[in-house]
Amino acid sequence: MESRIVMSGFGGQGVLTIGKYIVYGGMHDDKEVSWMPSYGPEMRGGTASCSVVVSDRQVGSPIVTMADVVIVMNKPSLTKFLPCVKKGGYIFVNSSLIDAKVDRDDINVVYVPANEIAEANKNGRSANIVMFGAYVKHAGVTSYDTAVSVLKHMFEKKPAVLESVMKCFEAGYAL
Amino acid sequence: MATVYKKSAMLTDTPLHYCPGCTHGIAHKLIAETIEELGLVDNVVGIAPVGCGVFAYNYFNCDMQEAAHGRAPAVASAIKRVHKNTAVFSYQGDGDLASIGMAEIVHAATRGENITVIFINNAIYGMTGGQMAPTTLEGQKATTCIYGRQVRSAEGEVINGNPIHVSELLATLDGPAYIERVMLTDPANVMKAKKAVKKAFEYQMAKKGFTFVEIMSGCPTNWYMSPADALSFVKNEMTKKYPLGVFKDIEEAK
Amino acid sequence: MSEKKLMKGNEAVAEGAIRGGCRYFFGYPITPQNEIPEYMSWRIREVGGDFIQAESELAAINMVYGAAGAGARAMTSSSSPGVSLKQEGISYIAMAELPCVIVNMTRSGPGLGGIQPSQGDYFQATKGGGHGDYHLLTYAPSTVQEAVDLLYDAWDKSEKYRVPVFILGDGILGQIMEPVSFKPMKEMPDPETKDFATTGKHHGKDRRIVNSLYIEPEICEPRNLELQEKYRLLAENETMCEEYHCDDAEYIITAFGSVGRIVRTAVDDLRAKGLKVGMIRPITVYPFPSAVYKKYADKASVKGFLDVELNAGQMIEDVKLSIECKKPVEFLGKLGGYVVSPEEICEKVMEVLK
Repeated sequence: MESRIVMSGFGGQGVLTIGKYIVYGGMHDDKEVSWMPSYGPEMRGGTASCSVVVSDRQVGSPIVTMADVVIVMNKPSLTKFLPCVKKGGYIFVNSSLIDAKVDRDDINVVYVPANEIAEANKNGRSANIVMFGAYVKHAGVTSYDTAVSVLKHMFEKKPAVLESVMKCFEAGYAL
Repeated sequence: MATVYKKSAMLTDTPLHYCPGCTHGIAHKLIAETIEELGLVDNVVGIAPVGCGVFAYNYFNCDMQEAAHGRAPAVASAIKRVHKNTAVFSYQGDGDLASIGMAEIVHAATRGENITVIFINNAIYGMTGGQMAPTTLEGQKATTCIYGRQVRSAEGEVINGNPIHVSELLATLDGPAYIERVMLTDPANVMKAKKAVKKAFEYQMAKKGFTFVEIMSGCPTNWYMSPADALSFVKNEMTKKYPLGVFKDIEEAK
Repeated sequence: MSEKKLMKGNEAVAEGAIRGGCRYFFGYPITPQNEIPEYMSWRIREVGGDFIQAESELAAINMVYGAAGAGARAMTSSSSPGVSLKQEGISYIAMAELPCVIVNMTRSGPGLGGIQPSQGDYFQATKGGGHGDYHLLTYAPSTVQEAVDLLYDAWDKSEKYRVPVFILGDGILGQIMEPVSFKPMKEMPDPETKDFATTGKHHGKDRRIVNSLYIEPEICEPRNLELQEKYRLLAENETMCEEYHCDDAEYIITAFGSVGRIVRTAVDDLRAKGLKVGMIRPITVYPFPSAVYKKYADKASVKGFLDVELNAGQMIEDVKLSIECKKPVEFLGKLGGYVVSPEEICEKVMEVLK
């Protein structure tokens, strides 16, 4: 088993953090993992993206060119990474900010109104957590239990935030 | 028989390679005596430059490092960070310090590193054969300005540009604790220079900040002058451009 | 071994250096290695060391010269253009025989080039880099864990041979996050225990001079011969290399650094297709593991080699020299910041073996 994942969005949308949740989940389940950000001028205010690999064997290239799963938080990311989804793979589209529909029928498409759900759960900054929930449900190499324990661990020191984070995750997972 | 004069134990017996009439030897002696008088004989590291002072490691009788051209203040800063209670001094000429090493001297000074820099300003590149230095005076001849340093042409085009005042420049920074310009032209001025060197080392050991003594020196060989004329040139010409004095003393300012 | 921790390569390299006894760091910002000085700036003081953000790479490498000469375990890091600036200082350090570590998280060049991963600095890292006849003990780690493990012993090796250690990384190694574990903290040895160190305590005939100037040929030549003898010893004792599925291999792919991990995937994928392919990955790119290449080149069953690099072909020269032109060597390279994929490597091998 090897899952190669790309996530992308505006800087500040927490896309790099989704990658970390997936990687921590992989570590929790004793998988080999890697996390590789795009780096450079585009990180400052532009598009941020990262490549994550979760695998049974030692990770070779940490740079994902053809992905099993793509998570896009904004429209430029959809345009850029849609062609990178492998046939039969998944794309998660933040439909709160992306009005376009995916014009490929050889892949699975999950539309997630991530910002709306996050705001409904009184945590507008957790749209990325909603996406993570949806990812775990549909395409996750991470089990539900692992994802929950990762989130609990990550927000250990912020119990006040944890509650709304878990609500966002559950709402994403319910899609 | 009573001993009336003895060479400092901080100088080795290696014969100095400096030209006749050069005042590097006096500068060495002042530093050596200071180290001895302050009881730092077994607690001092020196840094030699690239230039005429390159072999200073053969003369100072203590642990020495030979630095790359201009980088002595960086080397000194790091040695001081490792041995925080040890006296650390660099000995640098005008090409080394004020040209290729300008970044290092400014930043060591502004950080306020607890080191002492002895700056020998003889307004010429000595070792490489008399090229124009950053401190060469306007009108002064050198092998790369054979008609004398000319700042601009009559039409206003830059020819050699201006010389630089190092002590004044460094005195604008917050890191230096003590900056003085001295010369070695006669016994009275040598005594003054000794006081300056000593004060610099004292401030360093008290961790007051960066300390700097600019010593104006003659270069009879590359100036094509007799030793006596070279000293007169320092006294009468160089001081016009580079006046003597204390440019910074944080104790006086208090 | 402690528990595994998820860390960015640059930060892990910094912590790995500290675990290896590094207590002085001098650096200057440049992408993609900035997390090394950032991490060092707070971490090194926690363990009693010191940090200077130098005014330039020139100052930083000369601070390493000063601190190493004063007997401390010192380090600097940079990326390609910055490492070019350090070369004069590295040459001085090599001649003065000061132990230290220099890290290059390479980016693409020439000039300012780009900031994406590249391996265009291989020649610089293995053939000396600055002026004069010298080499460094140059490691090219493939993973964060390997980099950390190499750094753990880097100062011990550097002090043993009095040769600077150079870590030839790249943007992938610096920016990737991987789980990594650290060995227990090594303390920096007392500078006074080093017989070359200018600690300031040696007035008189035992005084110490850190120097690279030997103006008379009758002294400068023997000093050079001593250096050359050390490089022979390095080759004899410190050459490191990974051989992956080489035993029955009929075709061998070779790569260094981050590309090695990509080639490993390609080897697995080609083996899954029934092709008997192996990989040689030098871990020390200087000294170069020539004997390993020679061993396989001499085997009748090995048809040839494919060299994969993120440059226009640099290590390939060492590969060809090592195998004495006994077998064909193909090349696959990427330039300007592109990273080769396992699929491209597989395609190339299948094309060659067709």
